[in-house]
Amino acid sequence: MFLDTIANNLTDWGPRLLAGLRLTLMLTVAGFSAAFVLGLAVEYFRSRPYGPVRFIAKLYITIARGVPILVILYLLYFALPGAGIILPSFVAGATGLALVYAAYLAEVFRAGLGAIPPGHREAAVASGLTPIQTFRLILLPQAIKHTISPLLVNLVSLLKDSSICALIAVPELTLASRELMAESFLPLHVFALTAALYFALAWPASVLARYVEERLHAPGERLPAAAANFTSNSARSGVSQA
Amino acid sequence: MSNDILLEVENLSKSFGSLKVLNSVSFSLRRGERLALIGPSGSGKSTCLRAINYLEPPSEGEIRLDGRVIGRRSDGKQMSDREMAPQRAEIGMVFQHFHLWPHLTVRDNVALQPRKVRGVKDADANKLALTLLSKVHLAHKADEAPQRLSGGQQQRVAIARALAQQPKVLLFDEPTSALDPELVSEVLNVIKELAAEGRAMVLVTHEIAFAREVADRIIFMDGGRIIEEGDAKTVLDHPTSPRLRQFLASLTLGENAHG
Amino acid sequence: MGETFPALLSQALLAGALVTVKVAAGSLAIAIALGLALAAILVLTRNRFAHGLIRLYVEALRNVPSLTFLFLLYFGLAAVGVKLSSTVAAIAGLGLIGGAVCVDIFRSGFRSVPDGQCEAAASVGLSPVTAFRLIVLPQGLRLALPSIGNYAISLLKDTSLVAAIAAPEVMFNARQLVNETFQTALIYGCAAVVYLVLTTAVAQSVLLVERRLELR
Repeated sequence: MFLDTIANNLTDWGPRLLAGLRLTLMLTVAGFSAAFVLGLAVEYFRSRPYGPVRFIAKLYITIARGVPILVILYLLYFALPGAGIILPSFVAGATGLALVYAAYLAEVFRAGLGAIPPGHREAAVASGLTPIQTFRLILLPQAIKHTISPLLVNLVSLLKDSSICALIAVPELTLASRELMAESFLPLHVFALTAALYFALAWPASVLARYVEERLHAPGERLPAAAANFTSNSARSGVSQA
Repeated sequence: MSNDILLEVENLSKSFGSLKVLNSVSFSLRRGERLALIGPSGSGKSTCLRAINYLEPPSEGEIRLDGRVIGRRSDGKQMSDREMAPQRAEIGMVFQHFHLWPHLTVRDNVALQPRKVRGVKDADANKLALTLLSKVHLAHKADEAPQRLSGGQQQRVAIARALAQQPKVLLFDEPTSALDPELVSEVLNVIKELAAEGRAMVLVTHEIAFAREVADRIIFMDGGRIIEEGDAKTVLDHPTSPRLRQFLASLTLGENAHG
Repeated sequence: MGETFPALLSQALLAGALVTVKVAAGSLAIAIALGLALAAILVLTRNRFAHGLIRLYVEALRNVPSLTFLFLLYFGLAAVGVKLSSTVAAIAGLGLIGGAVCVDIFRSGFRSVPDGQCEAAASVGLSPVTAFRLIVLPQGLRLALPSIGNYAISLLKDTSLVAAIAAPEVMFNARQLVNETFQTALIYGCAAVVYLVLTTAVAQSVLLVERRLELR
């Protein structure tokens, strides 16, 4: 009965939901790419020795991790027009997601580099490699290994959070499902189908993240403390590391 | 300078905050000379060694390799890591914990420096790596990941890696302290062979008998200062300073055996 | 009513914050209770069926957005006759999702207790359940604390979503006030500050508790 209802309505709902899904994916890709670049920059500044730049970076991270995404989206979409900046809903949505996730990714990058034993850098420096060479040949390859899984986890998280953009009228999947619910009076079916769609996108990525996490850490290699237990949760964490 | 002094350490001092770890240490190393630094834990001998290639920049003092000042520009300011890189390339260091790079094979670990720092062609670098690995009796492990080797094997690879720099001087920072007892001798034997070849080296070690056998000169440090130095056998067989006597005696009793 | 704007603002934010805290606390309680219970089951039994069911629950709820799930509960259940109030739906929804998150957290915590301790407990003659209760559980909880703290903070932020199902928390009140007064930046800015204060408070408390536990 339940599935039958869904099947019957699929021709109506299908295209609407897929259109929304398309925007969900666009939000995710745009948001994550921007967050990646911004996060690299933020982490770079955060790692500088004492100074205003480092302070600003740390402040940014604290705020971005302590304020709900919805508030950021509302500020971008509803408050900026007061200052003359009118962002289209998609831009506001992607920007909000990027601003928040840049902070999470900065932490991922920090942990990735921090998990490398300092002795590796010393050995590189001692053999005459320049700092740039040391970073490129020794630190970066290992950092990438350590960050792939957390990056995937954050990607899934961002995908889920793209649903919040519905609340600033971005016509993504959740908004589409909301509209369908109002039209069809079949909320259970509509939302179940919507949830299934999100699941179909998110779950493979989550599984991949876990697989990578296990594979990349060869037996005997010590897991970095942060990743060892709580990778799957540190995505949206707020407790800052010292 | 046409004399045969290779390395000079002059008035080396190092403080970490208010803690003075090295207090005006001075010594020199001649070409082909093998020098051992011994002393109790906390004596500053490792810090002294690491100051030579500026892994621990001195608070005061000067280091000179082949007459040229290391680590400081002509205006007296400390060099950046990038500026220091060519100087460090002439100094080969072997660490207590080996620090082989886990994402590279054994061969690539050894070949990296020649390829990326000295611009040696890949084929030649690989050949050099294999030669050096044979020298430390590990050619058959060339394509292995370093984590799969025993501690003694990893340390020998680390020695080959340092040799690949074709350095003017070798620095050994307690090369066997992190090894299981039965793996120590294979590493010491390699170092012995290198010493027999007449390579200049500074060796920080707890293995006193080994130091006595391999080193020309020995420096005994305690509390950040040089307490006694001289010909290896003389200093160890006939120690004059009370602290050195105490130290050597405590070794026999097994107290300072592994620092 | 000639109430001044600052008074209206503080009223809205405070009342909203109260609801936020209520929802967060309720969800946290459910999440922890669920997570602990299920994690304990995972550790204590080898029953394939139980493991499979729990896995299903966890995977399903962790790969679906909170907002979508809240809609599903609030509107979906209403359609089949189960009319939940906004606040109850909020607590139930966030609590169920939180449970899925906490199962993994606690499971990791339990698994991080060194094997040697479990072996010692067994060799002393403790039954598995007792060994779990006396040895694994206390230590596992301690190890899980930082991650639970992280989850609590993320939960606080997620409560902003329940405005979408009309629960009168901070964002809901803020939006109403904006519709009346049009002081958009100021109101939402203050809302942001409220959340910052709440999340920082939780973060600091967790750090405090961590430090206390370490010193033991």
